[in-house]
Amino acid sequence: MSDAVSKTGRWIDLANPTRFLSVAGAALPWLGGLTVLVLAIGFWMSMNAPDDYQQGSTVKIMFIHVPFAWLSMMCYTIMSVAALGTLVWRHPLADVSAKAAAPIGAVFTALALITGSLWGKPMWGTWWVWDARLTSVFVLFLMYLGIIALTRAMDDPAKSAKATAILTLVGFINIPIIKFSVDWWNTLHQPASVLRMGGSTLDPSYLKPLLVMAIGFTLLFFTLHLMAMRNEIWRRRVTAMRRVAARSADRGTVS
Amino acid sequence: MMSHTGFVLASYGAAIIVLAALIGWIFIDQRSQRQALQELESRGVRRRSETKMDKAS
Repeated sequence: MSDAVSKTGRWIDLANPTRFLSVAGAALPWLGGLTVLVLAIGFWMSMNAPDDYQQGSTVKIMFIHVPFAWLSMMCYTIMSVAALGTLVWRHPLADVSAKAAAPIGAVFTALALITGSLWGKPMWGTWWVWDARLTSVFVLFLMYLGIIALTRAMDDPAKSAKATAILTLVGFINIPIIKFSVDWWNTLHQPASVLRMGGSTLDPSYLKPLLVMAIGFTLLFFTLHLMAMRNEIWRRRVTAMRRVAARSADRGTVS
Repeated sequence: MMSHTGFVLASYGAAIIVLAALIGWIFIDQRSQRQALQELESRGVRRRSETKMDKAS
């Protein structure tokens, strides 16, 4: 460790972008390997889970649909915490984290909607209904798209950071609405069966593969988020260096 | 009783295709940023805030 940072605590060192890059570089191969391993085990367990007596083989869609839906909300929660980091501590890494997470969150939300639709057709007899759960998740998807557009609308990341953070925090109201929509309103979507008071109602033969898949996709999320954050830091460095190069070219000095 | 294999395959297929596209995009972005950084560094461009520590990484 360089003497420039050794006086501060280890945790705060991570907040230095350069320190973050070296930690991410060391962690990513392990995180990526673990992700592949857990997802492979989860996939094998999912394929060997018995068919449901009512749902038949479509119960297997649950093993990907539920993790995607959880992650779509977890990603938005992480972005909201990052938004606080931007607004309260004005930390540049917080904005990098939020900007890098948005496209990943949008992808997981889209996949939750697609797999849900493909599950709804055989089980409910319809691809889509405008009920509380489905509509609130669709609104979440639209918010991700809005945030992605806003983070890329301005040249200077410092300017878009604040606006994005405020939009993200205002939109956080949707997360409890999604979570409790199945209890508050009459929906086609079933209420919570895993994370609920009184324990899970799911049989262990389904609960085990579901949890392994959920851990696997969560690891995948963090691997991709770290990679995207690293890309974003590099992108900002490239921009800063190009600006320096342009300025010294203006002055007529050869750098 | 029911044959819904098509829906199951479509779900897993969609997940694999969409995730592969996301992962591919992140890797392509990573390569282009790395190349741009190397190109600028080889031209001797430095950031104003660059410290001794930055060069080590």
